[in-house]
Amino acid sequence: MIIHHPLLGPRDAAEFTYMGDAKLIDRPDWQSETAAQEFYEYGYLRDNPAGWHKELWFHEAGDRSWLVVTRNTLTHEISNVELARDVARARGRSK
Amino acid sequence: MRYSGFKVIKEALTGHKGWTPAWRDPEPQAQYDYIIIGGGGHGLAAAYYLAKEFNQKRIAVLEKGWIGGGNVGRNTTIIRSNYLLDGNEPFYEFSLKLWEGLEQDLNYNAMVSQRGILNLIHSDAQRDAFIRRGNAMILNGADAEMLSTEQIKERYPFLNTLDARFPIKGGLAQHRGGTVRHDAVAWGYARGADTRGVDIIQNCEVTGFRIENGKCLGVETSRGFIGANKVGCAVAGSSGRLMAKADMRLPIESHVLQAFVSEGLKPVLPGVITFGAGHFYVSQSDKGGLVFGGDLDGYNSYAQRGNLPTVEDVCEGGMAIFPALGRARLLRMWGGIMDMSMDGSPIIDRTHIDGLYFNGGWCYGGFKATPASGFCFAHLLARDTPHPTATAYRFDRFEKGLMIDEKGMGNQPNLH
Amino acid sequence: MTQRNRFSTGGQIDRSTTHQFVFDGKRYHGHAGDTLASALLANGVRLMGRSFKYHRPRGVLTAGSEEPNALVELRDGDRQEPNTRATTAELYDGLFAKSQNRLGSLRFDLLAINDRLSNFLTAGFYYKTFMWPAAFWEKLYEPVIRHAAGLGSLSLQDDPDVYDKGFLHCDVLIIGAGPAGLSAALTVGRAGADVILADEDFRMGGRLNSETFALGDDSGADWAAAAVAELESLPNVRVMARTTVIGAFDHGIYGAVERVSDHVHTPAEGKPRQILWRIYTQRTILAGGATERPIAFENNDRPGIMLASAMRSYANRFAVTPDQRVAIFTNNDDGHRTAADLHAKGVKIAAVVDVRPDIPRSHDYEVLHGEVIDTKGRLGLTFAEVRLGDGSTRTLECGALGLSGGWNPNVHMTCHQRGRPTWNDTLAAFVPGPDLPAGMCVAGAANGTLSTAGALREGHAAAVSVLDLDTSDVDLPQAEDTPVAIKPFWYVEGCARAWLDQQNDVTVKDVKLSHQEGFRSVEHLKRYTTLGMATDQGKTSNMGGLAIMAELAGKSIPEVGTTIFRPPYTPTAIGAFGGRHRGQDFHPKRLTPSHQWATEQGAVFVEVGNWMRAQWFPRDGETTWRQSVDREVLATRKSVGVCDVTTLGKVDVQGTDAADFLNKIYCNGFAKLAVGKTRYGLMLREDGIAMDDGTAARLAEDHFVVTTTTANALPVYRHMEFVRQCLFPDMDVQLISTTEAWAQYAVAGPNSRSVLEKIVDQDMSNDAFPFMACANITVCGGLRARLFRISFSGELAYEIAVPTAYGDALMRKIMEAGAEFEITPYGTEALGVMRIEKGHAAGNELNGTTSAQNLGMGRMVSKKKDSIGSILSEREGLNRDDDLRQVGIKPVDPEAPVPAGAHLMAMDGPIDAAHDQGYATSACFSPNLGHAIALGFLKNGSERTGERMRLVSPLTQVETEVEIVSAHFIDPEGDRLRA
Repeated sequence: MIIHHPLLGPRDAAEFTYMGDAKLIDRPDWQSETAAQEFYEYGYLRDNPAGWHKELWFHEAGDRSWLVVTRNTLTHEISNVELARDVARARGRSK
Repeated sequence: MRYSGFKVIKEALTGHKGWTPAWRDPEPQAQYDYIIIGGGGHGLAAAYYLAKEFNQKRIAVLEKGWIGGGNVGRNTTIIRSNYLLDGNEPFYEFSLKLWEGLEQDLNYNAMVSQRGILNLIHSDAQRDAFIRRGNAMILNGADAEMLSTEQIKERYPFLNTLDARFPIKGGLAQHRGGTVRHDAVAWGYARGADTRGVDIIQNCEVTGFRIENGKCLGVETSRGFIGANKVGCAVAGSSGRLMAKADMRLPIESHVLQAFVSEGLKPVLPGVITFGAGHFYVSQSDKGGLVFGGDLDGYNSYAQRGNLPTVEDVCEGGMAIFPALGRARLLRMWGGIMDMSMDGSPIIDRTHIDGLYFNGGWCYGGFKATPASGFCFAHLLARDTPHPTATAYRFDRFEKGLMIDEKGMGNQPNLH
Repeated sequence: MTQRNRFSTGGQIDRSTTHQFVFDGKRYHGHAGDTLASALLANGVRLMGRSFKYHRPRGVLTAGSEEPNALVELRDGDRQEPNTRATTAELYDGLFAKSQNRLGSLRFDLLAINDRLSNFLTAGFYYKTFMWPAAFWEKLYEPVIRHAAGLGSLSLQDDPDVYDKGFLHCDVLIIGAGPAGLSAALTVGRAGADVILADEDFRMGGRLNSETFALGDDSGADWAAAAVAELESLPNVRVMARTTVIGAFDHGIYGAVERVSDHVHTPAEGKPRQILWRIYTQRTILAGGATERPIAFENNDRPGIMLASAMRSYANRFAVTPDQRVAIFTNNDDGHRTAADLHAKGVKIAAVVDVRPDIPRSHDYEVLHGEVIDTKGRLGLTFAEVRLGDGSTRTLECGALGLSGGWNPNVHMTCHQRGRPTWNDTLAAFVPGPDLPAGMCVAGAANGTLSTAGALREGHAAAVSVLDLDTSDVDLPQAEDTPVAIKPFWYVEGCARAWLDQQNDVTVKDVKLSHQEGFRSVEHLKRYTTLGMATDQGKTSNMGGLAIMAELAGKSIPEVGTTIFRPPYTPTAIGAFGGRHRGQDFHPKRLTPSHQWATEQGAVFVEVGNWMRAQWFPRDGETTWRQSVDREVLATRKSVGVCDVTTLGKVDVQGTDAADFLNKIYCNGFAKLAVGKTRYGLMLREDGIAMDDGTAARLAEDHFVVTTTTANALPVYRHMEFVRQCLFPDMDVQLISTTEAWAQYAVAGPNSRSVLEKIVDQDMSNDAFPFMACANITVCGGLRARLFRISFSGELAYEIAVPTAYGDALMRKIMEAGAEFEITPYGTEALGVMRIEKGHAAGNELNGTTSAQNLGMGRMVSKKKDSIGSILSEREGLNRDDDLRQVGIKPVDPEAPVPAGAHLMAMDGPIDAAHDQGYATSACFSPNLGHAIALGFLKNGSERTGERMRLVSPLTQVETEVEIVSAHFIDPEGDRLRA
């Protein structure tokens, strides 16, 4: 597969390490009343869709960016690649 | 019809006119006591044991395509019970014992061949871990033997012991491990279940569950609604897709695992060998092909096919320990979809929906589990309590922190 | 030796170059440009192999890579290649080949008895028998089956050849250099785009080399040669003969194998045998041609029976006829071409048998309307039995029979991404379906366009479309443009032992039995009968089987469907996929800066991941590793030792939020760590399980140096970047892995300060640089360095780091400075002994399933802050009272062993899983204590100090009475550390 890195252009997927669903960005609030339940769901439950999937890839043999790749799990087609940091900020993560 | 050598001879002499279909092709009935979704190894085995061991009636297996078309038809055929953890080892040992009597039980030669499995060791830490594992196996009643480098050299002179980047420092052998003709497992269970009255319905895709007041009443299918008192799902690889129809999110990701077979070769490998410093394991089928595999491609996929980097990675591992392989040819590569669970261990449990039961999360270890998985799922379906060897395979183990993590990789499925 | 079946003229062989070769011990001659198969046929050899199951005598069926029958063991010794297709093996001088899969000679194969027993050995018979007595399967039946099965044999010697891997990029990849591929390549090449043209054959041109019709004023072969010459002259075109594109992978990545040296005796110096190319392209034109299919009838598998198109290839390209008397059996016009071509070369045509009533006539030879219903000839065809249209029968004397059942477009590559082909009624064949791999288009015969002119047009049109060219300058030669005239005909009525899959011996009867027994899905048919599972993957067999199953099931062929096409397109040497990653080059070797120095000291090295680390440093007179290790440990604890710890992961953490960041990463607190201080840190995974441990040193308010274990350097760094980029993107913190940037040495022992004082340019006193201090310093009068007063051994110890380039020099300097204290270099073994003596957890304890609680560090997990893993570490299953706790284990009898991996059992009671109390994780002999010691995990272990237990390892037959002790075997108060 080829991943079009937003900064570096097309790179072979072999340069990357895969992690999983990009929802791992949405780490729950540790002080929430229901933190235990939320962290369990965050840590263990997955949508695992057959189709479009936003997922985290780490450019391990490259610039060490974490990327959010939108990829179809049925066809492996990739429609979008973003810096995970930008996605995280857009989802309201900060410090 | 009973199969036997005598029957084969008789048919051969009378023009093979007496052979009948191995299973019927029935129309689905309106209502069953049990519906098993998934005509793979686990689903067919569950139906077989429900009928045979638990004396249940009115059972149907619904299969989207053709039976045995999922992972039971595309795996690398290895059976073993060389597990470490308490939650696993008794279950897999139970499975191995069922394998040992399977063919006589089914009256079907699935070619269960206990040719032995050898896990190679390449570091002291690995040896420590394998000694712990071998001891756990023996303490659970399984067999295990520690082999020295010299013993391995003697038995497998073609392994790279002269120029290895990661020298072989020993190996953990399980002589009762081995291989089984994978398709025949599905067919044998199907035939056995059919003989006991189970309706095996192919080309019948489940499109939804009918759930009212927290109770599952049956399934919507491509051939209409079929009612059931209890519905068991055994569709590993597609678990996420199926259970989403019941609005369930699972502790499972779907990943592609590739496997490979070489052209046919005269016998070179007596048993199964697993490389401990790379991703490669290999056995030789009765037909002569070297059947081998390695690691997951690593990304979520339902595509049943993989990519070149993994092919190369596996073959590199092969060449590293078995340098004569270079002149054998890879004949075919294929991919199967694994239910990769969050701790690398399966789930056989009730769901929160009354009457809906789940069997999945087999990662890439489902084939060897087939008999015990079927048996334990049948036990759960028939009695509503887990089989004693499968008590740990609960949904809530993640919530409670009772993971069964053989590899110690944590909640990242592709690392198991 | 005469080449009695070689025509005196014609062909694309080089008659001026004669090659000698040996097949089954007999010497023959052929020419450059021959394949082994064409050369054998030229010498009148029809029998080349035996089938898989019934050991039927077989000759060539084809003239290409789809060959199912003529498989040989090519070369000998460690270069022996089983299952090599004689039809693609290029002849070279001195070629050596043997027939395979036989017991006895090829002519008298004892296993041919299977053929006599074939009625008992029908499809799937083995599933129904061999079950009694149960033990006999493995002891008797299976060994017999295994030895009869298999095809060629592997030498089991290490493959001596080298394989390379390479990467290519192009604008357009063209697969196949027949008329369509060449036409496409000329158009793309002339337009200036970067093009790769790959063909599996050693001579490009595809069918043009095998046919007699002209292109314009040239013969097809000459036109192809001219086209190839032009393409080779273009700088933007890479012409790759002997290169099989094996698979279409995601995103325009194709695998291809170039056989660089398979056509020579041994690879030339410095040349690989083969190269695996990964070709990256956005656009692909598949012009892979088509494969002719045979017709099934009784005994249709004898040597001499082959595809009619293969006969034309042998005649026109290689100037060879398989026999001087030839018959043809066809259902389409194509079969007649073969008769015409052979007749023109003087071969006697016994007859052309055509199943169509309305058949083309010939003045030159007899054309019969009818069917071949049987053949004769044990080791080679002698007679063909024909049933004529009027019901009468006739016997044709012939030594070869050409079969033409129509053509199957080679759609494989169009289906590698799970696309399905569609049925074309006119061709009675599957053609590429609508779901092609992205960027692929198909041209020529592969697309179902079977005429030469059509192929030229389509190749050109494909090129025009992929490049979006102006289409005005079409300059294609005149060529034959005959429409396909075919009557679908798969098998002769009433036949039983009529072969579909010749290699696997699947006959029409087997397909019928499969249907009778309910194996009716195409996949069940394949798996039950093994149809299409041979080395040709069904290229010559699948269609016949599908057609018969369709007929039996009352369905159309497309309703039955095909099995899945999978890579590789043709079987590919495993060595090619392995490349150079074998032997010592399997994985790269990482060497520390002091590796050379350690080598000079005679160190024994050990693989630690990809690192090579000194394991111990043997000295003269030491005969066992234990002597060396014991000496190193004792010397270090007594005076001073030095160990290379460069391999530990190092991560530089800088920024105003660096301390807050470490608070997230580690479960214990770091915000209040003073500048100039180091702290032990435990990292949890988000699931609350220990991930790694190490130290973090605060060199400045906004600068920390984090160390990780050697094994986890990469995953920990990745994890830290995840936390930084994905969870806390606005933290002002930057990370960089500096593992390779710094050489680091542990100097440990009571005299370590005295040694380092001679090197370090600063006050080393306990007050100035106390336990857990850290600093940016200089050494040797100005070289920048980092100093940490941390200890893994439990001694007064320092770790000192300098830029990598100075690592070797620093090690030598330390040794020089330490000479007066008899400084002892120690390796990973002594390091391990000392850490076990001190009770430090390492990889064996941090095994991915242990929690902070297990390690006795539960109280380190701060509840006052948000750190990775803290919430899930509170789950009940990780906080049970009887949970495993790290303990020390010592034998009651000081001579007794305490092996790692042994399990802990109570003194009384059974030894089984139900009574398992824990296990030993790490063990060693402690030279300081004079007995073996171990660390381990024990249920409720922290409450069981002093308890006697049994440590059992039934696997290695050890049972030792042990006492549970503190894990801190040495200096539990830590006085030495702080000295």
